[in-house]
Amino acid sequence: MSLDEGYTTPDGRKIGAVVMEMKNITLRFGGVVAIENISFDIRQGEIRAIIGPNGAGKSSMLNVINGFYHPQEGEIWYKGAQRQAMKPHAIARQGIARTFQNIALFNGMSTLDNIMTGRLTHMKSSLLMQAIWKGPAEREESEQREKVEKIIDFLEIQSIRKTPVGRLPYGLQKRVELARALAAEPTLLLLDEPMAGMNVEEKEDMSRFILDVNDEFGTTIALIEHDMGVVMDISDRVVVMDYGKKIGDGTPEEVINNQEVIDAYLGVAHD
Amino acid sequence: MLTPIAPSGGLDSIPKLLARNAVEFGNRPASREKEFGIWQSWTWAEVNEETRALAMGLLARGLEVGDYVAIIGNNRPALYWSMVAAQMCGAVPVPLYQDAVAEEMAYVLEHCAARFVIAEDQEQVDKVMEIADKLPVLQQMVYLDPRGMRKYDHTALHSYADVQAEGRAGRERLEPFLNQRIAALNYDSTCVMLYTSGTTGRPKGVVLSNRNIIEASRTSSEFDHLNAGDSVLAYLPMAWVGDFIFSIGQCYWNGFCVACPESQETMQADLREIGPSYFFAPPRFFEGLLTTVMIRMEDASKTKQRMFHYFLDVAKRVGGRLLDGKSVGMMDRLKYRLGELLVYGPLKNRLGMTRLRIGYTAGEAIGPEIFEFYRSLGVNLKQLYGQTEASVYVTLQPDGEVRADTVGVPAPGVEIRIGETGEVFYRSAGSFVEYYKNPESTASTKDAEGWVATGDAGYFEEGSGHLKIIDRAKDVGKMADGSLFAPKFVENKLKFYPNILEAVLFGAGRDHCVAFINIDLNAVGNWAERNNVGYASYQELAGHPQVLDTVQGHVEEVNASLADDPMLNGCQVHRFLILHKELDPDDGEMTRTRKVRRKVIEDKFADLIAALYSGVPEISTRTEVTYEDGRKGAISATLEIRDARVFERKAEAA
Repeated sequence: MSLDEGYTTPDGRKIGAVVMEMKNITLRFGGVVAIENISFDIRQGEIRAIIGPNGAGKSSMLNVINGFYHPQEGEIWYKGAQRQAMKPHAIARQGIARTFQNIALFNGMSTLDNIMTGRLTHMKSSLLMQAIWKGPAEREESEQREKVEKIIDFLEIQSIRKTPVGRLPYGLQKRVELARALAAEPTLLLLDEPMAGMNVEEKEDMSRFILDVNDEFGTTIALIEHDMGVVMDISDRVVVMDYGKKIGDGTPEEVINNQEVIDAYLGVAHD
Repeated sequence: MLTPIAPSGGLDSIPKLLARNAVEFGNRPASREKEFGIWQSWTWAEVNEETRALAMGLLARGLEVGDYVAIIGNNRPALYWSMVAAQMCGAVPVPLYQDAVAEEMAYVLEHCAARFVIAEDQEQVDKVMEIADKLPVLQQMVYLDPRGMRKYDHTALHSYADVQAEGRAGRERLEPFLNQRIAALNYDSTCVMLYTSGTTGRPKGVVLSNRNIIEASRTSSEFDHLNAGDSVLAYLPMAWVGDFIFSIGQCYWNGFCVACPESQETMQADLREIGPSYFFAPPRFFEGLLTTVMIRMEDASKTKQRMFHYFLDVAKRVGGRLLDGKSVGMMDRLKYRLGELLVYGPLKNRLGMTRLRIGYTAGEAIGPEIFEFYRSLGVNLKQLYGQTEASVYVTLQPDGEVRADTVGVPAPGVEIRIGETGEVFYRSAGSFVEYYKNPESTASTKDAEGWVATGDAGYFEEGSGHLKIIDRAKDVGKMADGSLFAPKFVENKLKFYPNILEAVLFGAGRDHCVAFINIDLNAVGNWAERNNVGYASYQELAGHPQVLDTVQGHVEEVNASLADDPMLNGCQVHRFLILHKELDPDDGEMTRTRKVRRKVIEDKFADLIAALYSGVPEISTRTEVTYEDGRKGAISATLEIRDARVFERKAEAA
């Protein structure tokens, strides 16, 4: 793979230039090294997975990408510029949206309202105008609502539009969370264990939605996942982490045949 | 033979009715669909234009007279238009059950040799592609929703919008052909082919002519005074004859509006928003709705609960009589009026029944309490008896003569006779033409004089002239001692309990009866929640001793009521078990319309039946299940078997 031009996937999708590049990232919490000297890139239109056993540092990596953690060493390049330490909301405005491993929705609010919050970065009218609910604010809300309805249709959650999310089963809450992330119309979407705790059918649905999002909106997706089967099926390239280090990087086939990866997953005798 | 009825006013096909409606009701709504949270609507003039554009596109794509066009998907206006567009081209629409798995579809598509498929979305297109190598004649596929299919090979696959655009672009060239094709249709050309779900064996393609559909629609519309101002919600499978009659036949005959729900899951919310004036639902729908209401009421405040129950009692006493136009005392009238204001009105609004003028239920027996509940609220719920082969209507209940235990009087234009074995026969203008490519079955069902065998056993009640259906004629059997065995009758009694979803009775040729029970996860799950009974799955809940106790209570009550019946007192349930899985169409245990397939269940669970008759207290078993995506798995369980008390006949005991 050459660095600049991108590549074509086996199913014929064109993957573009590098959107985000991590260079020699090291993240420490006190004396604990969560991520040690990791470099990899994410390309335009790609589904990029980060996998690894428990405690490998996957979620920390995701938090570095979305700016929640600031690595002690290394550089992050996003859309051709080196990124400075910034607050997560500023990062959200730059087009990065995410979902969480332990669902972080507003439980008392309806599905619709939760997804509407995802549009927040796109709303321009002032707080006062929105409170008075006149003129531009009213128009803006119906425009936003239209976008949200498209996402509701896309993720097939019409039936729970008005249901408070706290009452929804887990699989559906995950879907609402994805919807909210999509509502921000991100260029880069980060998914933290989107299939965790799901049954086979829910996993299949979620896989289909991830592929459809990528296909339909051209969204670049970086995801963390435990389920190897799912990862191998849907991702274009995979980074494998173990104990904070990168032990493999490449297409699913390359990774699956990598001895170090096999050892990390199946375990080897430690002397 | 009956003398053929001539079409009125030259309206001898559905496309001609559409042309009439486009002129007469041009600006009235014909179709509605909720999309992106908003109801979209199309007038008759617009529907006419949409349908003709599609038909011209199909002509351009090479659709020939006599071709079969399979329609697969949920109820969507565009799919209804597709059926009429196919008719315009002289082709025959064949709607399929959208939840059928690929192999089931393969049989139907192969049998009717469909050259065109019009599918709703990727899910349906994928299913057809999966079986495409078995379908050599299939040439073109059209899809409605392009999502996820951008990368598909589009040589034989087209989007609905593209086909319409192609039709519109070639209007000048294609329109004369289309008009010729429409003009060539007559009362005897095939209107639609519907596959019966087949409680036994392979599905059969029932060929229904324009005469069948239009006459059935005309007479039934006159019977219930349907008109252009009515509205319906189309949510039942498009492959089912009832949906075709309501959403195409009667809709086109009367010019009323058909609304399609946003998705299957939103049906109830959509029902409330649309508030149809004419509505059909199977008994299980009304049961489910009532269960939901009762469960929700338990969460209401004490005052509300008391008010609810007080006025429900009033309604129970006088509501049905008021609906039938019988005399009711002044005081009760006032109370009912007040109840309407405080309870019935809001409740009906909640259920989407405020504007409901005529509601029908059919297909299975409905519990008398459930039936009376809706009627007492002032909902004109009635029963009908029909089948695909009759273009629905065999009997109907006229207003004022509605009862839970009969299916009504012969529908207008329908003759009925009861055979020597008790089987019900009918003949009417709606009686089907034939079973497609199956002359033997046609001959064994419909005789030379046009009498069609229903396969159901029944009798006319003395005095009222109402038909009563006991069971499938072939299911009515004899027990070892020669007494009558009518499983459905007993199963229905069991199913009237909200906790019991399904029951299957065995006993033909035996000396006593035993039963399988499926609990209703909704009702029992709610009970479990209230009583702090933890459970992780259907299986676990089904095996709970307290659940078994409750069900045993129900079984014994049914036994007690059967004891009084002189004919059926031998059908009391001696032993029963609660199945460890829900009976499911995907496993072939039920038809797509959710009728139990006895033979399949008997073979599949032979070990359980043996255990029921052997007297052992429990049995371990392992059952194969099919997941929704077609994959197989297996579940194992140990089931407890209970003995139920049986009762002597009172007359004998006394």
